[in-house]
Amino acid sequence: MSTMNQRVINNPKFQNLVVKRGRYAWSLSILVLAVFYGFVLLVAFQPTLIGSPISEGSAWTYGVVGGLFIFISFWLLMARYVHRANGEFDAINQEILREAWKGEQQ
Amino acid sequence: MNRFYTKLMLALLALAPQALLAAGPAMESAEKQSLNIPAIIMFLIFVAMTLGITYWAASRTKSAADFYTAGGGISGFQNGLAIAGDYMSAATLLGLTAMVYSKGYDGYIYMLAFFAGWPCILFLMADRLRNLGRFTFADITSYRLDQGKVRTMAAISSLTVVCFYLIAQMVGAGQLIKLLFGLDYEIAVVVVGALMMVYVTFGGMIATTWVQIIKACLLLTGGTIVMVLAMTQFDFSYTNLIERVTTLHKNGFALLTPGNLLSDPITAISLCMGLMFGTAGLPHILMRFFTVSDAKEARKSVLYASGFVGFFFNVIFLMGLTAILIVGQDTQFFEGGDIGGKIVGGGNMIAMHLAKAVGGDLLLGFLAAVAFATILAVVSGLALAGASAISHDLYARVIKKGKASESKELAVSKLASIALGIVAVGLGILFEKQNVAFMVGLAFGIAASANFPVLFLSMYWKGLTTRGALAGGYAGLICAVTLVLLSKSVWVAVFGNAQAIFPYDQPAIFSMPLAFIVTFIVSKLDSSRQAKAERDAFADQFVRAQTGLGAAEASKH
Repeated sequence: MSTMNQRVINNPKFQNLVVKRGRYAWSLSILVLAVFYGFVLLVAFQPTLIGSPISEGSAWTYGVVGGLFIFISFWLLMARYVHRANGEFDAINQEILREAWKGEQQ
Repeated sequence: MNRFYTKLMLALLALAPQALLAAGPAMESAEKQSLNIPAIIMFLIFVAMTLGITYWAASRTKSAADFYTAGGGISGFQNGLAIAGDYMSAATLLGLTAMVYSKGYDGYIYMLAFFAGWPCILFLMADRLRNLGRFTFADITSYRLDQGKVRTMAAISSLTVVCFYLIAQMVGAGQLIKLLFGLDYEIAVVVVGALMMVYVTFGGMIATTWVQIIKACLLLTGGTIVMVLAMTQFDFSYTNLIERVTTLHKNGFALLTPGNLLSDPITAISLCMGLMFGTAGLPHILMRFFTVSDAKEARKSVLYASGFVGFFFNVIFLMGLTAILIVGQDTQFFEGGDIGGKIVGGGNMIAMHLAKAVGGDLLLGFLAAVAFATILAVVSGLALAGASAISHDLYARVIKKGKASESKELAVSKLASIALGIVAVGLGILFEKQNVAFMVGLAFGIAASANFPVLFLSMYWKGLTTRGALAGGYAGLICAVTLVLLSKSVWVAVFGNAQAIFPYDQPAIFSMPLAFIVTFIVSKLDSSRQAKAERDAFADQFVRAQTGLGAAEASKH
């Protein structure tokens, strides 16, 4: 392993970033997968419910409302993630790299 | 090179009038297929534009990096549009509108599953793809494994996926041009293949990206215009639309109930798995991550791309529903004026008929020209991905073991694009009668089983070894292809057997877990010295994956 990489790994900020970013990314992914496959299971096992109106006489069915909700909420989650990853996490990342380069020059 | 290009242009110009002449007699015999002048003019403008872009791009494509990844100089927003362009293929526009038209809510599920892969790609893969990859996704899977063997496998599975996806595009193209020009299906497919070859060979990734961007804008505009015009007939009220659709269909809300397509739970889940994880295994989509400068831009690309895709899917859903009333009750769109009979130009032409019904020949011409540009762009992206698998992975790394000169590698990739064009034409003719959206589904199933598991584990799991990756990747590929061959859509529809051996259409629910399990077990059992070295190399890869350290330099070369 290069000394540069070694310095990055030894930096507690790196370990911290890896844990924090990883936890954030995985929890969002699990949320997305749970919501989506929950919906797919409903589609598979309760097709009549998916096709029935949300209230008596309404044209909006559970399936369409749920689908629309998935489109919008997933995209908002993505926007939140990009905001945090490109702002907070990337700032820490740059800091780690700067410190590693500084060590390289010494 | 330049002289050759000029010659080729001249040859094309010489060909054009003949193609138009050839359309003459064929059209007289075809029923009600009149020459659509606006459509043809817009279509020719598009061809001229794409050739112009190709000419411009050819002068900027000097290095292998320019050819494969546009030198890494595409911005996040541009790349987002281009990814959306790659994703919203003609098969998506034509096939999914047709699916909503004929199967209702099932089409919406399809689109949801197409969409739901994006968040996971963003959260778990976008950074690492950009930080570790260079030209092909095999750069990542083979990062610390045996270059030759792993790249060979990645190339084989990439080419399989590319071929399946190409079939869908070519079928769409053939039907579209047949409807527009009255050309024979076979001739139409050959014309598309020929144009695509010119275009990829000279334009490389720079041209592909810019055509994708322009085309994505046009597609979004065209689709939205058709949807808005169609919705004016329902006072922009979804309630009004649904009430009229359900009174038309005697079984009321059945159209909004999942059913026909997703007849049982295993099919539904398998389809969703295939579409969702397949996105993360499509070589031409993965390649797009290498055209931006860093992980930050890669994340933005995914956000923009998914926004456009999500919007467009909802537009398509409305297009399909309005078409039930607008196209489905109009005698001019049925052969012999028989409502409920065969649709003129085939089932995939619903979106085009809708455009004609709400906006006349002008809008039909516009949408048809956009769909054609779409086919050209997507087919080119696919050909580029396939060609890079052949030249960068197979030729430069496996055969020449990294000692090929850049100019040789470029020459090989151009030859490979031409070969792929020929294959695409052949397969397009063979699969004429298939529903195109369904073929895309098959490509996704294979991508999810052959590419995704190994790619994912190579980024996340330290314990992955060459033996494990090979065993799992090939198991996934062979299992997925075999199950597809034995399923109804190929075993019965193509080979003409009476009964399908594999009862489901989608292989992903079986083949994807199989690939993961085999990779895991074989890697665990691998106690060779090479395996130990591969596990030890993970730390270096991990730093680069997380921080991008070393990635910036790599993309400049």
